[in-house]
Amino acid sequence: MTDRHRIALTVNGRPCEAEVESRRLLVDFLREDLGLKGAHIGCEHGVCGTCTVLMNGESIRSCITFAVQANGSSILTVEGLSGDGRLHPLQEAFWDHQALQCGYCTPGMLLRAYEFLQENPRPTPDQVRAAIASNLCRCTGYQFIVEAVLDAARRLETAGAGRGQEPAAPRA
Amino acid sequence: MKPPPFVYHAPTTVAEAVTLLDETGEEGQVLAGGQSLIPLMNFRLARPGHLVDVTSIRDLDYVRREDGRLRIGAATRQAAVERDPAAAEQAPLLVEALGFVGHEPIRHRGTVVGSLAHADPAAEIPAVALAMDAELTAVGARGERRLAASELFTGPFSTSLEPGELLTEAQFTAWPPGSGHAFLEFARRHGDFAVAGAAVLLHLDAGVVDRAAIALCGVAGTPVRATEAERRLLGERPTPAVVEAAAEAATAGLTPVSDVHGSSAYRRQVARAYVRRALALAAERAQGGTR
Repeated sequence: MTDRHRIALTVNGRPCEAEVESRRLLVDFLREDLGLKGAHIGCEHGVCGTCTVLMNGESIRSCITFAVQANGSSILTVEGLSGDGRLHPLQEAFWDHQALQCGYCTPGMLLRAYEFLQENPRPTPDQVRAAIASNLCRCTGYQFIVEAVLDAARRLETAGAGRGQEPAAPRA
Repeated sequence: MKPPPFVYHAPTTVAEAVTLLDETGEEGQVLAGGQSLIPLMNFRLARPGHLVDVTSIRDLDYVRREDGRLRIGAATRQAAVERDPAAAEQAPLLVEALGFVGHEPIRHRGTVVGSLAHADPAAEIPAVALAMDAELTAVGARGERRLAASELFTGPFSTSLEPGELLTEAQFTAWPPGSGHAFLEFARRHGDFAVAGAAVLLHLDAGVVDRAAIALCGVAGTPVRATEAERRLLGERPTPAVVEAAAEAATAGLTPVSDVHGSSAYRRQVARAYVRRALALAAERAQGGTR
């Protein structure tokens, strides 16, 4: 017997209804059922952070959250960060600073940094380092990521779009 | 890996949750934040047949201040306690310790009460509960009972909760003005489980310690209360020598396990250093220094 549940949630601004098995991890629901491959699977036990998505505006590990627990929530994945063919300023800063090499950690890093810059629009380098300590990167040594997040903070401030900025329209 | 199959329940009342746990018996397991349980299920080290999700019980999601007590419900996330002004006033030790629990994304999901029920001997929240003499409420098919934090922890990941019993609340009693707190721990990387950690509360009267609480994590099969060290502090001024002697007394009898993170002797040494530092910081705060 398979235990299944109907869930209704919002993903990248779009309402979505589905029937999921209880044991369906949120990350697998996003990747396999919705085709949103941006949320990556790394360690699959909540350590590496590459599966980070925002649930009701808060970063969570989607590999240690069941899809059924996301019922009624609003999820933001990296696919919802950009829109109309334009990258989010944070993504532009990652590009310009070469803050990614293999790219595996990047979606999680972006969402964690996105959340952090909303809480703290003018962070110090140390605060950025502490904030992204939740997410592992095995390529960059973090330095370029820290520089990119700091630069993104400046860009967002210049654009007057720091605190409370909504991601671009969903395209998923 | 992926978790094995289970039946998911989302009760909306405590009574419903207790009935479900009673009916499902040994197959039933409480799911709170899931930040320890779901990894265990992904590894297939845990295979509960039924999960009863207590975070769907709205009535259990609260942080309340009542008669000098901070009451935290079983559905309340760690992050919510961390940013709660009443928690900062009533239980600054708990709030300070929460900063060491995993990382923000973990604390957005993890619960304070769930961490107590999980009873990881290296975890921060159980040590704080022990230091603060937290009072817990457990509800089972046979009714409700109160128990002290010191009665809860019986071994690594083991508690005195009866099968089918649900922890619904933890109460932390505030220490009076003139008290100082400190939670310090050493981990290889911030957010990792501690090699050793110390939770300390001191109350000073005219510069003399008249109340002390010390609890440690990561050094035994359960969090440990250092009662002998507490006793030695009473009636003393917290001078460096007194603090050093107390830290020695708090850790002398410990035989922590040796593992990849450090030998038993190393862990005891780290524990002693962190008790000493925590006592010094708590004394400074009690005397109106940095908070």
